Amino acid sequence: MNIPSLSIASLKDRVENFSFKALLFPIFGILVFVLLWQVGASRVHTSLGEFPGPTVVYEQWNSLVTEHHNERVKEDKFYQRQEKRIEARQAKDPNYVGKLRDYTGKPTFFDQIFTSLYTVLAGFGLASLIAIPLGILIGLNSSVYSALNPIIQVFKPVSPLAWLPLVTMVVSASYVSEDPMFSKSFLTSMFTVTLCCMWPTLINTAVGVAAVEKDLLNVSKVLRLGWITHVIKIVIPSAIPLMFTGLRLSLGIAWMVLIAAEMLAQNPGLGKFVWDEFQNGSSNSLGRIMVAVLMIGFIGFLLDRAMLVIQRFVSWDKTQVLR
Amino acid sequence: MATHLDISQVSMEFPTAKGSFKALDNVSLKIAKGEFVSLIGHSGCGKSTVLNIVAGLYDATEGGILLDGREVRGPGPERAVVFQNHSLLPWLTSYQNVELAVKQVFKKTKTKKEMHDWIMHNLELVHMTHAADKRPDEISGGMKQRVGIARALAMEPSVLLMDEPFGALDALTRAHLQDSLMEIQKDLNNTVIMITHDVDEAVLLSDRIVMMTNGPEATIGEILQVDLERPRDRLALANDSKYVDYRAQVLTFLYEKQRKVEPIAVAKEKKTVVNAKVANA
Ligand SMILES: Nc1ncnc2c1ncn2[C@@H]1O[C@H](COP(=O)(O)OP(=O)(O)OP(=O)(O)O)[C@@H](O)[C@H]1O
Ligand SMILES: [Mg+2]
Repeated sequence: MNIPSLSIASLKDRVENFSFKALLFPIFGILVFVLLWQVGASRVHTSLGEFPGPTVVYEQWNSLVTEHHNERVKEDKFYQRQEKRIEARQAKDPNYVGKLRDYTGKPTFFDQIFTSLYTVLAGFGLASLIAIPLGILIGLNSSVYSALNPIIQVFKPVSPLAWLPLVTMVVSASYVSEDPMFSKSFLTSMFTVTLCCMWPTLINTAVGVAAVEKDLLNVSKVLRLGWITHVIKIVIPSAIPLMFTGLRLSLGIAWMVLIAAEMLAQNPGLGKFVWDEFQNGSSNSLGRIMVAVLMIGFIGFLLDRAMLVIQRFVSWDKTQVLR
Repeated sequence: MATHLDISQVSMEFPTAKGSFKALDNVSLKIAKGEFVSLIGHSGCGKSTVLNIVAGLYDATEGGILLDGREVRGPGPERAVVFQNHSLLPWLTSYQNVELAVKQVFKKTKTKKEMHDWIMHNLELVHMTHAADKRPDEISGGMKQRVGIARALAMEPSVLLMDEPFGALDALTRAHLQDSLMEIQKDLNNTVIMITHDVDEAVLLSDRIVMMTNGPEATIGEILQVDLERPRDRLALANDSKYVDYRAQVLTFLYEKQRKVEPIAVAKEKKTVVNAKVANA
């Protein structure tokens, strides 16, 4: 790439334009929002006290951070104590083999975030693994499309709340093992997420594949490309933009569905955190829930950005404007 | 000369919403090896349909295509196509676009090194080695068309089919590519069928010009043998009496015998009649 020559003046211009256009307005927007929030919150009264404003939320955030920190310290101590005990026993009896017991403290806010994150990624990953190949198949073959379309159209609008009891029962019945690799609650949440979020990827992939330019299909025919080469060299690259539109929609849905599923099923994660705080009903609860709400939004935003970065990386058309 | 490609009594009917539409009726043409044939005719007469049938992209309703005496069905790289709008894969570089074709055709017969040399050789033929690593959206329309030609040539086709290969280009680029094509043709002695709208292009490049009647049920109207010595030079030919005569013959066919649009005067007359009727009513 050749770098256009920049005069100092134009560079300065750019920097100023950048800082003003790219930062000023968003910061202004956020400030106005926080102000309105503070003013508005103090006017809403609930049985648990005032609606949490920004200051309360900030305090609760700090307390959640402290709690997490304390819990980690406790955990460390727990393990240190065990190790000492084992060492002491071994000093007396060299044949003694100690076994560390797992720490069973209450999961903190950050533990719940972590749980939710890997659950959503697992569910979304599984959905993509099913939806992308199936979408390609549907897009390539109009008979498969007509066969599957009614089923897709009926399952697409089903709410996660409706799937959850079924998934829970099926997982409990079919996943019985002495030493389970995954917990049942994880599997329930994950499958619910998969069932709810695969449709946009499936449909968009199929549409993208079916919309490959006729001229390119003719090129493929003249070259007598084999089935696999045809899919890899022609179909997938032309379907990639729509595929990613689908993937981003899917990931967004996955994240929303997961929180709802965790609340309803009491499965570990941010949803459970919110529900527990709601049940708890202390004066801190609303503030903590608000922290969780903001965190859920922020993580959703980050997930979408991450997909965008992947799309930029995978997409052949680097000049394409992605937002 | 022996027939290489035989378009034998081809008819084509398209099924449409309003019943079937017969685009071609009994098109027959024998082409010798190394011959350069142009198809010319008014828009919509069925030139692309003929080419697509030869390429195997359409199935003729009647008749068929014989290559060296054997019937061919379905598309294949021995009948390479240069598409009107280049049809390069936008996510591949020029090199990779040609490579896709080369790998497909010479997978079994050439080594990796030989394939690479062959790809570079074909890009060289169209003077595109300097942009081998550029993607189609990074090169101009004429350059894309040249890569498209390189891709087709790299398949070593027994027939090269070109559908208005230079139609979308400006006059200068077009002239330049015509010259390149003549040079390549001289070296490789390909058998070529080219569709064109441009009378000068047809006379300059062709051994024979096949003129098609207007559709529906289009067929071959006249065939003009162009006996101009090669190499041909466009400047020298401009005032050559034979060249001018060939040109006139094609123009006469297109604008007198197969007049597509009625003269403006006639159209005007009709309109006034209609207007008069409206006024009377
Ligand atoms: N797939 C199709 N289905 C129905 N009708 C078609 C189809 N393809 C072509 N036709 C019709 O056949 C006729 C010939 O079309 P064709 O594309 O061969 O014309 P052409 O001579 O190549 O025109 P142009 O010079 O504008 O490219 C037209 O009337 C067109 O409407
Ligand atoms: Mg055409």
